[in-house]
Amino acid sequence: METPHVNHARSPRSPGDGEVLTVIRPDGTADPATDPALPTERVRSLYEAMVRTRIVDEQLVRLQRQGRIGFHIGSLGEEACILGSAAAFREQDWLFPCYREFGALLWRGMPLQRYVDNMFGNANDPAKGRQMPDHYTGRAFHFGSVSSPIGTQMTQAVGFAWAAKLRGDDVVAGAYFGEGATSSSDFHTAMNFAGVFKTPAVMLCRNNRWAISVPAERQTASTSFAVKGIAYGVPAMRCDGNDALATFAAVRQAVERAAAGDGSTLVEMLTYRISGHSTSDDPRAYRAEDEVERWRQTDPLLRLRRHLEVLGGWSDADQERLQKRTEAELRACIETAEKTPPPRLETMFEDVFAHPPWNLVEQCEQVIDGPRPKAHH
Amino acid sequence: MPEMTLVQAINDALRTEMRRDDRVVVLGEDVGKVGGVFRVTQGLYDEFGENRVIDTPLAEGGIIGAAIGMALYGMRPVPEIQFADFIYPAFDQIVSEAAKLRYRSGGEYTVPMVIRAPVGGGIRGGHYHSQSPESMFIHNAGLTVVCPSNPYDAKGLLLSAIRDDDPVLFFEPKRVYRAVKMDVPEGEYTVPIGKAKVIREGKHITLIAWGAMLFEAISSAEEVAAQGVDVEIVDLRTLWPLDIDTIVESVQKTGRVVIVHEAPKTCGFGAELVSLVTERCFLHLEAPPVRVTGWDTPFPYTLENEYLPLQHRITPALLETSRY
Repeated sequence: METPHVNHARSPRSPGDGEVLTVIRPDGTADPATDPALPTERVRSLYEAMVRTRIVDEQLVRLQRQGRIGFHIGSLGEEACILGSAAAFREQDWLFPCYREFGALLWRGMPLQRYVDNMFGNANDPAKGRQMPDHYTGRAFHFGSVSSPIGTQMTQAVGFAWAAKLRGDDVVAGAYFGEGATSSSDFHTAMNFAGVFKTPAVMLCRNNRWAISVPAERQTASTSFAVKGIAYGVPAMRCDGNDALATFAAVRQAVERAAAGDGSTLVEMLTYRISGHSTSDDPRAYRAEDEVERWRQTDPLLRLRRHLEVLGGWSDADQERLQKRTEAELRACIETAEKTPPPRLETMFEDVFAHPPWNLVEQCEQVIDGPRPKAHH
Repeated sequence: MPEMTLVQAINDALRTEMRRDDRVVVLGEDVGKVGGVFRVTQGLYDEFGENRVIDTPLAEGGIIGAAIGMALYGMRPVPEIQFADFIYPAFDQIVSEAAKLRYRSGGEYTVPMVIRAPVGGGIRGGHYHSQSPESMFIHNAGLTVVCPSNPYDAKGLLLSAIRDDDPVLFFEPKRVYRAVKMDVPEGEYTVPIGKAKVIREGKHITLIAWGAMLFEAISSAEEVAAQGVDVEIVDLRTLWPLDIDTIVESVQKTGRVVIVHEAPKTCGFGAELVSLVTERCFLHLEAPPVRVTGWDTPFPYTLENEYLPLQHRITPALLETSRY
């Protein structure tokens, strides 16, 4: 795992950032005014999940470089924002992902093997090899299906939460999206519907500063993304997205508001996309290395580790054990996934509709009886 | 058995299914208190209340996106798009999301949702109140597209559509919303999705139509009957999945086919029908398949009746095809 040696413990700020909820102080202690006061065991599992996410991320980039998987879109540097927020939801709640939240999916209980199967698009991939890597789905874990078009999950999450409210169920839906997605029409309609119908939806804006090559300043002339909530009558908050406890505390407040019937909240989590947009992107073409370096020094993992050490809940030996265990687990998953065959040919024609109409039956027969391509990739 | 117009039959279908299944909700612009701009949802707000007949903000993408979320939750939303011409802000949610969720999630998620929208010309509505966009949805894998021509089929098809586990586009030919009344059974009955209906048997030509153009087709068939041309009319009722068997059986019998639709000719659904008929009935064909359609222009206002494939254009097409 590549982590920096310095930890400034506070994310770089921009003018106009306004009030930003922070919990972990530079010395690793928690600010008593904002501390969600989680049991040490809970903080520990949160930290372990973040480390696990980082290890998986780094290994998948390597696999892509080796040509063993086609693509990866990761969350390097955004682990606190993704895991801290996911941890704030309750068992009965649902998450609607963008595409950078596999850490949240694993947190919700998806076996690592299934996620790795998705990276290979093999026969055991829950999406049956029909989508690119990192376009996972996890209904059993109350986790939505990833799609590439930006922003579509936001209106769906609002509709989902609205349905729960109409049915009288105590269910909250969280929607993840990047700051770039706030420019999409779906953000506007989702926020507007969320405000008008007071839906129990939590809008989770990962402001990681970059939408592929376009900086946050090109997405809005507003002083922040949170400020957009005002126009929709949706309360908004900002938190330090590299502080796992701050994201937890902010999102927990939003979940509680939603569950209490007080409607939606927009939570802007200030973080930074350390890696390129995906393995297909080279960020050196559009941003300065010193900016990346400044953010590297606020590494969310070191930040939470220092706090855990202050709580007396972590040691070097723990770190080494976790590292070894996760690497071994991942290695085994990759080995299994690589040996798993591709999906059956017939699966290409299944699940278009509940019952395949005649044209799909015919085309399926044509493919099965027809010539084979030289290779799948 | 009560007599109903198309509007009344659709209203009755919604009411019937909403009474039976409390997961069914109606949402859209003006669908609540006023009962929709065509009054299709009239009275539903009073009976079912504001939580099941929901006036939404003016945003088609939001209506459909939220309805998808409701469907994912397990409800049976029936969103209304006020005119099919206004459906495009929701196109992404329909074709990239609703249509693909079952497939892309490996069957984990389904979107049981019926999008109702009035289609077609004939009400002097100009370009933005007259279009027939069915091909754009048929072309996208994962969507069922229905277009009834009469009150009986409309009610039965709508009940089937709401009970379907996949997204359905339910296009209502607004030109004939109040044109005819017919006997419509009270309570529940269904007309199966994917089944066409031969509404007139004939030996010489198969005439395929749907929606409002069905009535033009009938008038033309009667007109040419006087000249000894015996036309068989197929009302598709469901555009996709297409009832290919009924079409093939008819064309193999008649050897001639004329297809009528309001949408522009190029890449219209008629193009697909001609291809299918040619692939499957080539040796039975006695004449080239003919399409009588809207022109490849935007839908005009003043010259609406010049644009539409009405009787004045269907009749000569039938006569020419019969003599080929």
